[in-house]
Amino acid sequence: MSEKIVPPKTYYLVFGALLVLLMLTVAAAEIPNAALATTAAVTIAVTKALLIILFFMHVRYSSGVTMVFAAGGFLWLAIMFAFTTSDYLTRGERPFEHEQPPVTATTDTQGEMQP
Amino acid sequence: MSIDVRPTRNYLNANYSVWSWLASTDHKRVAILYMISLTLFFFVGGAAAVLFRLELMTPPGDLVISETYNKLFTLHGVVMVFFFLVPSVPATLGNFLLPLMIGAKDLAFPKINLASWYLFMAGGLFTIAAIVVGGVDTGWTFYTPYSSTYSNTNVIATAVGIFIVGFSSVFTGLNFIVTTHTMRAPGMTWFRLPLFVWALYATSLIMVLGTPVLAISLLLVAVERLFEVGIFDPAIGGDPLLFQHLFWFYSHPAVYIMILPGMGVVSEVITCFSRKRIFGYTFIAFSSLAIAVLGFLVWGHHMFVSGQSIYAGMIFSFLSMFVAVPSAIKVFNWTATLYKGSITLTTPMLYALGFIGLFTMGGLTGLFLATLAVDVHVHDTYFIVAHFHYIMVGGMVMAYLGGIHFWWPKMTGRLYPEWWGRISAVLIFFGFNLTFFPQFVLGYLGMPRRYHAYAEEFQVLNVMSSAGASILGVGYLLPLAYLIWSLKYGKRSGPNPWRAKGLEWETPSPPTTHNFVDTPVVTGPAYDYLPKDEGELEERHVPVESAS
Amino acid sequence: MSAHVAHHFDDATQQAHSATLGMWLFLATEVLFFGGMFLGYAQYRYLYPHAFAEGSHHLDVVLGTINTGILLASSLSVAMAIHGAQLGHRKTLIRLLVVTIVLGIAFLGIKAYEYWHKYQEHLVPGRRFDPHVPAGEAAPPPEMELFFSFYFTMTAVHALHMVIGIGVMIALVVMASRHRFSAEYYTPVEMSGLYWHFVDIVWVFLFPLLYLVG
Repeated sequence: MSEKIVPPKTYYLVFGALLVLLMLTVAAAEIPNAALATTAAVTIAVTKALLIILFFMHVRYSSGVTMVFAAGGFLWLAIMFAFTTSDYLTRGERPFEHEQPPVTATTDTQGEMQP
Repeated sequence: MSIDVRPTRNYLNANYSVWSWLASTDHKRVAILYMISLTLFFFVGGAAAVLFRLELMTPPGDLVISETYNKLFTLHGVVMVFFFLVPSVPATLGNFLLPLMIGAKDLAFPKINLASWYLFMAGGLFTIAAIVVGGVDTGWTFYTPYSSTYSNTNVIATAVGIFIVGFSSVFTGLNFIVTTHTMRAPGMTWFRLPLFVWALYATSLIMVLGTPVLAISLLLVAVERLFEVGIFDPAIGGDPLLFQHLFWFYSHPAVYIMILPGMGVVSEVITCFSRKRIFGYTFIAFSSLAIAVLGFLVWGHHMFVSGQSIYAGMIFSFLSMFVAVPSAIKVFNWTATLYKGSITLTTPMLYALGFIGLFTMGGLTGLFLATLAVDVHVHDTYFIVAHFHYIMVGGMVMAYLGGIHFWWPKMTGRLYPEWWGRISAVLIFFGFNLTFFPQFVLGYLGMPRRYHAYAEEFQVLNVMSSAGASILGVGYLLPLAYLIWSLKYGKRSGPNPWRAKGLEWETPSPPTTHNFVDTPVVTGPAYDYLPKDEGELEERHVPVESAS
Repeated sequence: MSAHVAHHFDDATQQAHSATLGMWLFLATEVLFFGGMFLGYAQYRYLYPHAFAEGSHHLDVVLGTINTGILLASSLSVAMAIHGAQLGHRKTLIRLLVVTIVLGIAFLGIKAYEYWHKYQEHLVPGRRFDPHVPAGEAAPPPEMELFFSFYFTMTAVHALHMVIGIGVMIALVVMASRHRFSAEYYTPVEMSGLYWHFVDIVWVFLFPLLYLVG
């Protein structure tokens, strides 16, 4: 096999970093601002995932095609998230509202969907 | 070319036992297994179509009651989409040809390839069983909350069957992608690959990236039904539209699974029977990838009238227009290939030309549907039924049959009767148009889809449609009959009856078990046809005339 | 050519490269499979932030943290097991695979305990769903049931992947003890390792999103 052999020290360092990030994510849950807390949680999770993918899963030492394949699934997931979210974020809004008589039911639905 | 180079041993006669077929990891045998099973499913789905076309001969619901009618169109949709169209060209022609075309001994994972056929059969039989013991009435789309809460039919069993068949699809796609990356013969660079391989590669990307999302959406419906774990249940705040997002994230790109391989077949056939190098190779190759990628960005155009946000609708409508670009690039390139070509109207060529016409019709009416405001008018009418049948039946089934005819000599070593072949191609073309063109009109006039009864004024067009369907049926039964006949009585074809270019034609017909004795070395581009070569022109008529 | 190269491959490098690409494609399908659930979770959490925060408070953060630590440790042991396989150290390989299996079972044990606890608190969605409301407090929003729908579906699908992973690890132990692997050939160990790490990554996202909401 032409696979590069990674020294165990790298694995231990990565594991240490993962445990530190775990502590960090538990601590970050105490952030009072909900949006900020979620951003922190997701950022830490992405960092942990990257560490695992790059080092434990050897992507850092792999061929370019492997890297593209490894990234591909996540890229497609991002596409799915982006377009679906574009629906949920703008649902209930009416683009040409000024041309219509005000409809009270519309604002009600909106309030219900986005408490 | 009268020398008989019939090999003494090939993949067909290497071993005759049933087990040698059922346990074969040879990609060519797996392809044949797929072809037989797909044919069965095709006629099961077709039988349902016969029944509801009969029902629609008269305005009142007199042949079947509405519940039966719902089950019939669901059966037709589920079987035709998941058990015929999605695997059609990839699993049969793709399986057979991909290793031959790139100069490999087999696919990268032969055992997984065989396993995918077993998964296909397991999923298929599961679904058929679910339908036999009671049926499903949700339509092939399984929309929530009807499928998750209200339907009293076998939704879970059908979903499980499709879930299993999804694995089969994923494994086929995965196998093709890896094979194209790692198994190409020396000198077979990416831009020397036949365009059929590019099309398969693009198709496989969709299979791998889309199918798991279908799996999870069906799993969530099954979980909701089974454990009352409401995910799409509006009663606890769930959103039924979430299902549509997940479902169409797969099922819109799946439409391209059902057309891209057909486009690959047409590229091969057109260039061979025009005796010309394909026009714009790189454009056709990249347009396949472009269709695969763009296909993932437009699913919301199925949800224009669903309560999806209008802003999202506008984005999806806008992006849908872009799919027309790579599709049109292909049609223009095929036309340019035909231009000043030395054309012979053989059976595969007739199918391929039919494909171009019908696909163009289907594609252009797709633009109507992608336009937000027009879609509101024709949504859920027969207009949309006609549109996707022009793509899937007029496009994919034509291409599938064209491909089967084109490579039939390679697969079996026999020639089919050319005259009958042409008759079937013409019958199918006219039968198809008579069946589905009236449906465009019906839809535009406002006849909704999925009802067993309809208003009096729609009868004439419906009778036309049913009459066309019967011609179409004959058109499909003909190849079944003469292709089986040719297995025993067809003339021996020799390795290359069409004087076609490509590595698959350099093997004997049928090929030997390991395809190539020595790994071939590729030195030139694909489609090295020489139109001016008179000697070659003479020769290419030989098989056609000798067969008829 | 060595005996472990299948007939249709030219050499071991081509075979190993094919296996790696195939495995990564399979993992891409897994990303999108789990991704569908994450998508649903994200949209509903956006629609009902308070209900989801409320539901999250019913989960045991300590147990969740311990379980995350266990999974991260199992990923380390798998990585070290592959390292052992690369060097041809059969004993190290088997020992570390067994450690991985034990850690995996520990994870599932804690998970089962949590499920049982939720069952007792009537927090399993469906007809029995009936969260306890302390006296003087407002009833939780009805959408909290959605949070538990996602909690149970996502963790159950994850646990199913763990069970499969443990089965694969057991198979590897059997193969290793039968001298099936060497420093030249350990592709199955490596591929199973990729799968295990992937299942770990899913949990890395599940933990903060389910246990640590607001």
